[in-house]
Amino acid sequence: MAIQKEKLLWMFRTMVRIRRFEERVVREFADGNIPGSVHVYIGEEAVATGAIAHLKKEDYIMSTHRGHGHLIAKGGETDKMMAELFAKKTGYCLGKGGSMHIANLDIGMLGAAGIVGSGIPIATGAGLSAKMRGTDQVTLSFFGDGASNIGRFHEAINLASVWSLPVVYICENNLWAVSVPTSTSLNIPNIADRAAGYGIPGVVVDGMDVLAVYEAAGEAVARARKGQGPTLIEAKTYRFRGHFEGDSGTYRPQEEIDRWKKRDPIDLYREKLLEMKVLTRKQAEEIDKEALAEMDKAIKFALESPFPEPEETLENVYT
Amino acid sequence: MREINFRQAIGEALDEEMARDPTTFIIGEDVGKMGGLMGEIGGLYLKYGTDRVRDTPLSEAAILGAAIGAAITGLRPIARMRFADFLGVAWDEIMNQMTKMKYMFGGKIKMPLTMDALCGAGRRSAAQHSQSIEGMMMHIPGLKIVLPSNAYDAKGLLKTAIRDDNPVIFFEHKLLMWAGPKSEVPEEEYLIPLGRADIKREGTDVTVVATAAMVTRALNAAERLHKEKGISLEVIDPRTIVPFDKETVLNSVKKTGHLVVFTEECQTGSFAGEVAAIVADEGFDYLDAPIKRVNAPDTPVPYGIILEDYWIPSEAKLIKTINEIL
Repeated sequence: MAIQKEKLLWMFRTMVRIRRFEERVVREFADGNIPGSVHVYIGEEAVATGAIAHLKKEDYIMSTHRGHGHLIAKGGETDKMMAELFAKKTGYCLGKGGSMHIANLDIGMLGAAGIVGSGIPIATGAGLSAKMRGTDQVTLSFFGDGASNIGRFHEAINLASVWSLPVVYICENNLWAVSVPTSTSLNIPNIADRAAGYGIPGVVVDGMDVLAVYEAAGEAVARARKGQGPTLIEAKTYRFRGHFEGDSGTYRPQEEIDRWKKRDPIDLYREKLLEMKVLTRKQAEEIDKEALAEMDKAIKFALESPFPEPEETLENVYT
Repeated sequence: MREINFRQAIGEALDEEMARDPTTFIIGEDVGKMGGLMGEIGGLYLKYGTDRVRDTPLSEAAILGAAIGAAITGLRPIARMRFADFLGVAWDEIMNQMTKMKYMFGGKIKMPLTMDALCGAGRRSAAQHSQSIEGMMMHIPGLKIVLPSNAYDAKGLLKTAIRDDNPVIFFEHKLLMWAGPKSEVPEEEYLIPLGRADIKREGTDVTVVATAAMVTRALNAAERLHKEKGISLEVIDPRTIVPFDKETVLNSVKKTGHLVVFTEECQTGSFAGEVAAIVADEGFDYLDAPIKRVNAPDTPVPYGIILEDYWIPSEAKLIKTINEIL
């Protein structure tokens, strides 16, 4: 697949921005500026980036509790995201949602779901809506390996299949549902194999290789846009940190963590782009510097923003 | 004026709203050729097509999840959930998704989603097809709850519910759906706002707040007590549980000094308990006697005539309670 240089660079920049955003989240959480709990996307950047690279602004994504990367790739502004994490009034959700519930429908981000698996049928509904309204909008439904064991995975994908809805289901299989490994929660080698049960294509892809994700997602999005129905993509990936910040993750073998970290998706892609002569080392450093500066700005915005007034608790329950 | 039954009222409301707003669609089990479990929507799928009257697999969570996804992206779904008991299969969609997304997302979405479901005992359908769960549901902020007692109210309220930009559960008591009395219903369009109680019978001695199938029983009791003892009941049907028209109830209690809440629910954690609490809190000085609740016992709904008739709050129990507090 020939990919335009501009798109290749957008993907690199997006992955770096996600990584730098999440690294700052880790630090700010440790410093006590972010309350509650956060789940960072470090290690999985290639999945959101390679898939969302195919979307238009009016397309939809449905995200998860580990959703910062999806939103950044869909065009989320990092200052409003950081402000939301800081529980500030200037955040995307007026400080009412936090890390697990950022949404911005203006750019097609239908929300992040704190209940694992709950976003899958909602994505099906967005696909139904696009089909009924006669648009060519595509919905990407992100979820993890844990969610693939929830009943709604079955109900929602079956429904999308029988109605031939324009939805791409993307399982970010990071091998661990908090502390439970897929080796004890699945009796098949690939979650994508389940697609056969719904009569739709199932594709396994290396989730650390953004170009591989891009290629698989490209076919699935094109199918969806042409009205040919849903696809299930399983991206094999890994979260480099614990399930949530503060989770030491000691249930995972160190050898496994080290092995996956050697295949850091950003390092792999940088080397690939250098090899392709699409990027120079200097440019790569420049992109990184820009991302760092952007995150400094986001933190400053979040820190300087006001908290909501206590009485705002009572607003936004009903329309 | 012409008279129609409850089922026809539901069918007419759905038909009119489907005709009025092309973004409205029906999604659920057996809504197509079967026309609803009791045939209440007839051949709507012929008129609007199977795209807008959409039969689904048995997937309650996916039905409500898909309705949510459609509601936030520009459509106005009506999810027909068959029995209130089945809402348990999709409880996360109700408790954690449709009622929380607006709030979690800082108010930036609308959730124009109506669910309807059959509720109530009396058809000998046992524990999993007979429940009244409005008390459980009213505990969830963000949801509106409609519980009509006759065909006229049902039609006007369902039309309003569908036009509402919030999630609404619309309960159809199955005795009313099956064989409820006809009401005078005008040919021309009308709407009934959510949150406005209706005084079904005016009176001066005791306020009875009753819902759904209990309203008819309360009116029968009122007639008997009037004839036999000269006792005057004021029967109030809140019609919507959320929002609840507490002013109408408080004004009535101010006049009568007595309150009995008569609903077909397990008593613990019920709507009846909430009405009692509100009046105790805000109308204590009006009361001449303790507030009484006449509800069902805290057991599953039993099967068969003997047990179920014992379970359902009766006219006799209501009359006995009224005699105790006067």
